[in-house]
Formats: sequence, structure tokens, C-alpha cells
Amino acid sequence: MLVSPVAIDVAAELAAIERDGAVASFTGLVRGDDGVATLELEHYPGATEAALVRLAEAARARWSLTAATIVHRVGPMAPGERIVFVGTCAPHRGAALEACAYLIDRLKTDAPFWKRETVGGAARWVEARDGDDAAAARWQ
Amino acid sequence: MRLLYFAWVRERVGVGEEEVTPPPEVTTVADLVAWLAAASERHAAAFAEPARLRAAVDQVFVPLEAPLAGAREVAIFPPVTGG
Repeated sequence: MLVSPVAIDVAAELAAIERDGAVASFTGLVRGDDGVATLELEHYPGATEAALVRLAEAARARWSLTAATIVHRVGPMAPGERIVFVGTCAPHRGAALEACAYLIDRLKTDAPFWKRETVGGAARWVEARDGDDAAAARWQ
Repeated sequence: MRLLYFAWVRERVGVGEEEVTPPPEVTTVADLVAWLAAASERHAAAFAEPARLRAAVDQVFVPLEAPLAGAREVAIFPPVTGG
């Protein structure tokens, strides 16, 4: 569980959780839609780390996991950079795939991060999407 | 009580954190938001629309109706947009 100011090394993160028969992962990249030049991630130090640990514990309580990891970038980044990585490892694919989807869906609504994008020199805070609430709610 | 602000709430208030002592009738997060909205023009700009705000008490997300009893740190912020 990590909040990272530097680039996410997916190969290293995967290698660290390859401890059983099935590994699943999700990597989110900064989109360059609508001319977005930079994206800056603000977070709530302390509460962010606690929220990510709670999410991983909830996933471990729900599925039989050998490993679970979440790495989220903070600070300024450019389109194409990795913003988030979620990885899970379990004896079989079902648990690994479901827990991975659970973690990224819940992270969107349960962890205190805020995106600010710069388009044409003007900065704006990204609005939350109703679809994110719906995606998180399906795991209730 | 220590208050923390994030994203556009922080920008509108003009500071990321402040120390406040609300009166005894302020018993919930919603009460606190209403009390803060009257503190200054900058606070009014941040706290005028409670429906656009979310909160955490002692680093745990809570609804605005949540009680403040014993809270040491309250954070007020827009809906989160990570991931």
C-alpha cells in the first residue's frame, strides 16, 4: 500500500506479488482527453494510506488472497503516465480477478484523492462521476 | 479542533488548515459547515453548498449528519476523484 510521487514500476510490483497460482492486476493511465496537458493529484496524507490499508483488509476478508497491493501516484503527471496500480494474488483466478476489480472500484470512492487537470493553461478540479458510485455500490 | 481542507475547498478558503473552537451548539459536521460559512467571505464561498461537500472525522469518511463529539481533526473536501 503506497502513495508514490515517482513512476510506478509495474514489473516490480507484479514480481512482488507472484506468490501463488493466479495474479490479476489493473493499471490506470492518465488520459489526454480534451487536450489535458497535465494532471495533478492531491491527497490527504495519513488518511489516504489508512484508507488503502482498509480496502486491502476488506478484500482479504472477502476473498482468499495470497497478496494484495495498491500503488497510487500523487503530484503532477502527464498523459500516458501510470496513475494507479492494483495487484492481487490468489490460488485461483476467480478470487484474484474479483478482488482486483473490487479494489479499483472501491478506491475510486473510498480513498481521499483529488484530480486537477490543466487544459490550455487553465486548471480545473475534476468532478466526481456518478458511475463511480454505482461501480463501488455493486460490491455492497 | 483542527480543520483540514482539500482541493477547491482549500483554494476557496485560502488555507489548507486552521484551528477553530466552535460553540457548543455545533454538534454535527453539517452544523460545523454552516458555522464556518458565516466566518468570512472566503469561507462562505467554500461552504455555501453543503451538498457538494464531503467530510472525514479523525481521518474516517463520515456523512455530514455525523456527530462531532470528541473530534480532534475534521477534514472537509469535494467528492473524491482518485483512481
